[in-house]
Amino acid sequence: MMEAVEKRFREVMPDVEFCSLRVVRENDETLSVRQSVQSPVYRSEDAGCMITVVDGGGLGYAATSDLSTAGLKRAVDRARKFAEISATRSVVNFSQVEMPAPKGEYIGPEIKPWRSVSQDEKFHMLHKANERMQIDSRIVDFEASILHISHEMLYLTSTGGRVFQQYSLISPSMYATANEGSQTQTRTFGSLRGNSRQGGLEILEKCNFTKVPHQLAEEAIELLTAENCPTGKMSLLLGADQMMLQIHESIGHPLELDRILGDERNYAGTSFVKPYMFGNYQYGSELLNVTFDPTIADQFASYGYDDDGLKAEKQFIIKDGMLVRGLGGVTSQERTGLPGVADSRACSWNRPPIDRMANLNVEPGNKTLPELIESIEFGVYMKTNKSWSIDDSRNKFQFGCEYGQLIENGKITKVVKNPNYRGISESFWRSLSGVGNRETFGLYGTPYCGKGEPNQCVRVGHASPACLFDSVEVFGGE
Amino acid sequence: MKQYFYDLADKLTKRCDENQIMLLELSAEDSEFVRFNNSLVRQAGSVTQTYLSMELIEGAKHASESVTLSGDLEADLDRCDVALNTLKKHLPGTADDPYLLYSQDVQNSEQIGTNKLPEISHVVDAILSAGEGRDLVGIFAQGMIAKGFANSLGQRNWFETHSFNFDWCFYSHADKAAKCSYAGFEWDSVEFDLKVTSAIEQSELLKIEPKTIQPGEYKVYLAPAALAELTEMMNWGGFSLKQHKIKSTPLVKMTTEGATLSDKITIRENTAAGLSANFTGSGYIKPDCITLIENGEYKNSLVSPRTAKEYSAEVNTGTESTQSFEIAPGDIPSQKVLDKLGTGIYCNTLWYLNFSDRTAARVTGMTRFATFWVEDGKIVAPLNVMRFDESLYRALGENLIGLTDQCEFIPSASTYAARSTASHRVPGALIDNFKFTL
Repeated sequence: MMEAVEKRFREVMPDVEFCSLRVVRENDETLSVRQSVQSPVYRSEDAGCMITVVDGGGLGYAATSDLSTAGLKRAVDRARKFAEISATRSVVNFSQVEMPAPKGEYIGPEIKPWRSVSQDEKFHMLHKANERMQIDSRIVDFEASILHISHEMLYLTSTGGRVFQQYSLISPSMYATANEGSQTQTRTFGSLRGNSRQGGLEILEKCNFTKVPHQLAEEAIELLTAENCPTGKMSLLLGADQMMLQIHESIGHPLELDRILGDERNYAGTSFVKPYMFGNYQYGSELLNVTFDPTIADQFASYGYDDDGLKAEKQFIIKDGMLVRGLGGVTSQERTGLPGVADSRACSWNRPPIDRMANLNVEPGNKTLPELIESIEFGVYMKTNKSWSIDDSRNKFQFGCEYGQLIENGKITKVVKNPNYRGISESFWRSLSGVGNRETFGLYGTPYCGKGEPNQCVRVGHASPACLFDSVEVFGGE
Repeated sequence: MKQYFYDLADKLTKRCDENQIMLLELSAEDSEFVRFNNSLVRQAGSVTQTYLSMELIEGAKHASESVTLSGDLEADLDRCDVALNTLKKHLPGTADDPYLLYSQDVQNSEQIGTNKLPEISHVVDAILSAGEGRDLVGIFAQGMIAKGFANSLGQRNWFETHSFNFDWCFYSHADKAAKCSYAGFEWDSVEFDLKVTSAIEQSELLKIEPKTIQPGEYKVYLAPAALAELTEMMNWGGFSLKQHKIKSTPLVKMTTEGATLSDKITIRENTAAGLSANFTGSGYIKPDCITLIENGEYKNSLVSPRTAKEYSAEVNTGTESTQSFEIAPGDIPSQKVLDKLGTGIYCNTLWYLNFSDRTAARVTGMTRFATFWVEDGKIVAPLNVMRFDESLYRALGENLIGLTDQCEFIPSASTYAARSTASHRVPGALIDNFKFTL
């Protein structure tokens, strides 16, 4: 398909300053077993393209699922029309943005291909997971599922650029819900498909998919009789699967250059970070090191080039607590004059690229988990996100977790339910007092990050060690 | 496009075997999007997309596949043939599904709107003109949205609308902005100018030195858009029969302990008064109106075909969340809300809500656009953003003073994957002792 569309694009390419074609084809398959009953298999093929035209300082796009020559020609005409409408009255003179003309290829890892295992075997694994969650009559619902995505993308530019990217994604999901009276508690496998990664079925082994079902059910039951999380200012130890959300909301989004430029103010919001802060703002304690890295082989949001053709590279965003670089692609870099990264991304063929975090990770430190726990006089260890809310400047946040453990005098003493905490991004990261080592490190990713107008839901990856924060406002449920 | 879909359906349904049933659901749009920032164009373009979901059923076995289509009948038939052959290949190896349910009563329907949408360049001119000398940011979206259903039993349903939605802000400074929306089927310059004038008046108030309040309990007025945000949290499984059966609904206390909201609260899924198609992907026709909560008491749930089969209930929806959400009005005169509020917070919008304790229906979130501190019935100053953390049972129960006598119709501006046809029709709410925490 890709070759045929490439040929058609060459036939209809207009005489303009710059034109690009981005063709995306994704084949998805979802297998689920809920309460030991196999759900119907859901398959989809989503194929389409976006034509982008830059001319006379304006930029226009047209996306279509009609990949015929006539369909591409219509898209070219519409993209030209929108370039004309926006010429001389755009936020930037797009003719002055140097669009990359990349040549290359990215093929993601896939050791054990999705099709190398029969559907029956995959369902058998899901049934087994269901059986292992059915441990008590108080477990009222449980499900295990795997979403597989096969992604192909071809990017061509009128300036000679040609990039082909192909990868496989595995997005597992599992939950066990326990209930007694009006008390209900759920434990999930990494919240919203949080164990998503790039690769084949080997990912399921790497993330212990077959080993966790019994534990999830046990912990859901355990939470039913647990006390509520205590209230007060105390030490907060966050597991890697909650750090994922903490990084995402209070480092990733505020550092997106398009938010700082105001593009998102009507929807996703602005940022407390201002352009002058880059290079001289102490974002966190000296223990905080954050990297943007779309080159990690099996992390969820890895790629060779972003959707504007910029080559992906690892970059430090925060080094020893100091803010050094923003998250912005070629257009935002031109608009702000700031250094950025290759993160101009679209959720699919039918949305234009905007600044999106990809893999955004906290680098590991040198503390073991027992060392972190031993250092706490009174605090809570929280795991797995279940609630997230933050203001439109990405400052005042409140997050909740599924599972909490009280730490008293350096020891875990009991499980607590409904653990929540709140804080302010500007000061929160400066209270980082301990960073776990590689053994505490977890690699996570989710398909659900919303932003942009028109709205887009993209894949992101976050890896982190367990991290300790001092004097955080913690509280429980009712 | 209707004829294209019907022709496609006629040909495809003839290609399934005698003992097979085929369900087809089409979702299409041809949309134009222009995004603005700083009263300039940020991104402008169009999206033309057509998706077809094909479901093949044989006895208790079924399988489905979704494909993208071009709009060219012959080319699309070839594409669908490939998908159909895949479905036929997989069907014998598929497990029996005990929860399979689809409509077998043939009920045809058509709802087709007229295209009166404006030329996009004229709208861009009008918007940029309104933004001149101001800081306008937002998105204009318009175009055709179509939904179709067909099955091999002969049922045909078609829904087609041509609408626009301009969702924008006038920023005064920093994070202070007046939020506005103008949506409809035919652009009216006079109506747009009125909206602009009203937004300008509101953004003038935002220039006053903002006030910061301490965490605590305050009397608040939630304008309709803010109440819509708060009550939308009930849609996170609150009206889903499945979620009630597995005790995961945030309204679990209403069905297990008899908890109630204020008797001033009546909530309905009013499909007849909304903007969405009234048929589902399994061929069911939705009731015109379902009362979900009546005078504070939980009344009915939304029931999808799968849930209906699992729990022996009657189907009344496709997915178990509202599309056309409605709260009945109250008796506080809308023009008198400032007087009734006296001293407290006038909140136009809320933002980024989530549960802090789901089973207690306790919700946290932020104030956002155009929120004001009011003293003795007069707006004194804009308020810096505050976090709230409050239970729906308190806010819409014992602490609810009343609802306004007029509702606002708010079409959704959501465009995830496709332009939404969901809507809210809600009044404003006056609430005592609303808890702010940060």
